[in-house]
Order: sequence, then structure tokens, then C-alpha cells
Amino acid sequence: MNRKQEVSKGLNIHAQRTIAYIVLVLISFLCLFWFYVLIINATRSKGELTQGFSPFPSKYLLQNWKGLLNGTQPILSGLVNSLTISVFSAVLCTYFSAMTAYAIHAYNFKMKKFMYTFILMVMMIPSQVTALGFVQLVSKMKLEDSFIPLIVPTIAAPVTFFYMKQYMDSTLPLSLIEAARIDGSGEFRTFNSIVLPVMKPAIAVQAIFTFVSSWNNYFTPALILHSDNKKTLPILIAQLRSADFLKFDMGQVYVMIAFSILPVVVVYLLLSKFIVQGVTMGSVKG
Amino acid sequence: MSKVKRGKVVSYNKWGYIFLIPFVVVYLIFQMIPLLSTIYNSFFENYRSGLTQIGPNFVGLQNYKTILTNGDVWVYAQNTIIMWLMGFIPQIIVSLLLGAWFSNPRLRLKFQAFFKTVIYLPNLIMASAFAMLFFTLFSDIGPINSILVQLGILDEPYKFLSNVWSARGLVAFMNFLMWFGNTTILLMAGMMGIDTSLSEAAEVDGATSTQVFFKITLPLLKPILVYVMITSLIGGLQMFDVPQVLTNATGDPMRSTMTLIMYLNKHLYSKNYGLGGALSVVLFIITGVLSLLVFNFTNKKSVK
Repeated sequence: MNRKQEVSKGLNIHAQRTIAYIVLVLISFLCLFWFYVLIINATRSKGELTQGFSPFPSKYLLQNWKGLLNGTQPILSGLVNSLTISVFSAVLCTYFSAMTAYAIHAYNFKMKKFMYTFILMVMMIPSQVTALGFVQLVSKMKLEDSFIPLIVPTIAAPVTFFYMKQYMDSTLPLSLIEAARIDGSGEFRTFNSIVLPVMKPAIAVQAIFTFVSSWNNYFTPALILHSDNKKTLPILIAQLRSADFLKFDMGQVYVMIAFSILPVVVVYLLLSKFIVQGVTMGSVKG
Repeated sequence: MSKVKRGKVVSYNKWGYIFLIPFVVVYLIFQMIPLLSTIYNSFFENYRSGLTQIGPNFVGLQNYKTILTNGDVWVYAQNTIIMWLMGFIPQIIVSLLLGAWFSNPRLRLKFQAFFKTVIYLPNLIMASAFAMLFFTLFSDIGPINSILVQLGILDEPYKFLSNVWSARGLVAFMNFLMWFGNTTILLMAGMMGIDTSLSEAAEVDGATSTQVFFKITLPLLKPILVYVMITSLIGGLQMFDVPQVLTNATGDPMRSTMTLIMYLNKHLYSKNYGLGGALSVVLFIITGVLSLLVFNFTNKKSVK
């Protein structure tokens, strides 16, 4: 590397680096500022909030939290419902997507090419365009207000399938499966006890993504879940918006928003390294 | 890939079908049947007028005619595209810039992991909660207005949600914040894949880093840029949570933030299955065409 400052026409590298840091700090500020205000305001009382903004936290967090618990919004059941749906979705989606990917990856059969092409083609079709038929189907099956229509469909997740398939292409040699066969392992057992452990990193990344998208999903659950004790957090948040706003204690509103995004933020901060890597792995390589 | 040997292998391959059963069954029930019945519904008049149920009566293509000629759908399509563009243009510029910096070995930026973590964070935030947060922050008596007034930038609170362009701007800004981190990471991966000897050769010939970026990096990045753009457009057409919660489903001011999916959602709630069906099918065709473009791209890269 003897390419010292010979780039006299452009900016020199130090100036470039300085600009890069300034822009990055500004952008990071833009990403984090809103959450900072959210946390500060969650600690302030109704009275303090009406007096204008202050950058320092106050001491009403617990009181706001207690007020929220005693209020009309069933947030604890919302939390349990959101958790139930998201956890089951994450488990079913990753397990069966890995299984589907394994079928395409490890076997040769007549429909293989067709199935693979088909799944890739339907990958980008949004669930909203079939929502009408979906809602009708769910009501015909008497599954309104049930979590089943929100959990079971995640078994057929083309995007997760595609990620798993990509991962298998790069890490799962067919010789490993052959070896298992020679040792007398049945196909189903091979999948569960040899393939799944190899797939652990991919499963972990996709479990997080499925969990998060289930947790954040608003459109479909709002069409399926009607009774108060079945509603998930996004529905409760949207209800908060449509209720008469002036009635609410703003401190409690901030606590509730913080409460519904906090679990995801915590998981993300713990696992961010894998998640950021995972985004690239699943995408198409240019 | 090496071909299979005859004989025993054939009996293994039936397992390919067996392992596909869960996917196929669930797909047929929860996606194929709904799709077909959505299309079926679009040919029938089927809605409620007060307490009386009208239909279902077969009306042929009447619903499509109504949807495409009464003007609403064009207004909402325009809103959707405008808000998508307002978010996408800054998103692609910022992502290209950050991607170029992150992947430039000569810059040797520190704290990369930290910055990447921060810029990806908004993508995982619940969109409805994020919209609710922005609604409270940007409301007439909210903290943003009080900060701006306290700092003397504004004389009196600005009504962000009552002005067309500030309301659209807020939606676009939220979309930008939620997606630029994702785009940055994708583009960066694309840039890392570019052979560094190309840019080094150019630099030896005296090219500045700006020239390298526009003459080498950008042209080589074109396929992934196209991919990012089309997937973002498909995502943009699905825009729902943010404007829905921000404007409380009204699309105010003056329907200027009403998106196509918000319109569809309205029909679903009022149980107007005829018009809702026709609108769904139109959206299905548009996203279908766009998906095919993405499919061409993905297929070329993954099935070698």
C-alpha cells in the first residue's frame, strides 16, 4: 500500500473520513432521537408533558405504568396474545420452511423444478391482495377470533424457504445425508437429527425475523381478531389512536408505545450481529 | 450436480414429495383458495346498504369498471406512488453513500458494527407503534412543536398533520427511516462483491473516488439496484400501517395520504366484497407483474 495522498484531484482521505463520520453521526441521531424522546416522555407525568419538552427524564415511569395497567386497554392480555402468536409462528415457520427447502435440496423428483420455480414466483405476492378471500375462508371455518389462522399459514412462507434453500446450498453437502443413510438412519430422522442442527444459524436468524414480523403485523390480525381479550398489541395501539385522544393520560400513551416495541429492541440489541449478517445472507447476491 | 444412481435412490426420492406436503397443503388452503375466492368475488355485486344485504348477484366486469372509472382509485394510487417516491429517493441516495463508505477499505471507518446496528434498528420497530409515536410527537401540542417553539425556530406550533405535504412528508420520512438501513446492507453486500482490482486500477490511472463510484461501482451495481427498486416498489404498494395509524384511517388531510391498501381495508371492513375483490385483483396483477421481474432476477442468480 504505497498509494499515499496521490488523489489530489479528489478530497483527501482524512477529509472524506471526517465527512463520513459527521454524516453517520447525524443519521444515527435521526434514527435514535425519536426513541430517546419516547423514553424521556414515558417517565414524565401528564402535567409535565403539557408544559413542553424537556430533555431530562422525570420520575413518573412507575406511576404511568400502574395507571396503564389499571386503565381500559387490556395490554397484558395483548402482550400474551402477541407473544403466543409470534412464538408459535416462528417455530412452525422455520421448522417447515427448512423441511420444504430440504425436500427441494436433497431429493430428485419430477415436480422438483416446477415446485422450486413456483415458490420463487409467488414469493413477492403480498398477503393483502388475498385478504378478502382469506377473511371469508376464516369465517367459513369458524376460526374468527382464533389464533390458528394467524399461526398455521406461516408454515408456507416462500421467503423463509428461499433463505433456507440458499443456506443449504452453501453449507449442507449431500454426502452428509448419504453417510446418514449408510448408517441406517431413516429420512425423517436424518432431517430432524442431522439436517436441523446444521441449519441452526439459519433457523435462528429466520426465527427472529418471523417473530418480529408476526409481532409487528397489524393488517391481518385486525381483520381476524375482534374480542378485546384476543387482540394483539398492534391492534391495541391503533385503537389508542382512534379513541378520543384528549381523554388519555399522555404519559401512559408513551409507556404503552415503549412497552410494545421494547421486547423487539432488546432481542435485537442482544443479537444484532447475527441479524445484520442475516439480512445479507438471505438476499440475492449481485 | 451429480446425477443419482438408479435403484435404491428412487425409493428415497418419494421423500421429496412427503417433505413437501405441509407446505403444499397449507399453501393451497390459506393462499390459493383465498386467491381464487377473491377473484370469484370480484365478479359479483355483494355489499350491505344499511341493513339490507345486496347480492351476491353476478355482474361480470361491472366491479372493475366501477373501481377504475370512479376516480378514487387513481387518487389513492397517486398518493401511494408519491409517498413511496418521497421516501425511496432519499433512501437510495443515503444507502448508496453509506454503502460506499462502509465497503471502502481505504476509509477504514471505525464503529461500523455500531452504525449498522443503529441504522437497521427502525426496520424492526412495530410500524403501527412507530406511527403512533410520530403522531404524538408531531401533534399540534407535541414535543416537536414545543422544541421548535422553544428554540425560536417557529413562532407558533405547525400543524404537521393538517397540511398535505407535511403529512405526506411524515409518512415518507417514516418509510425512509424504516427501510434505508435494510437497503444500505443489501447495497453494501453488492459493493463488497465487486472486484477491488477494478477500482484500484482506476485509482492508479488517477481517478478520484467520486469518479470510481460513478464510473465503476454504480454500473456494476445496476442489477442489485434494480432488484432493490422493484422490491421496494412492491413494498410501497403495500403501504398501510403507517398512514393508517398516523391519520386514524381517514387519509387526511383531504384524502391526500390515503393509500391503495387503506382503500382496500375500508372495503373489507364495510364488507363490500364485490368492489374489494376487484381492487384486490387489480393489485394482484400489478404486484404479479413486478414479482415476475424480481423472479427473473432471482432465478438468474440462484439457479446456475
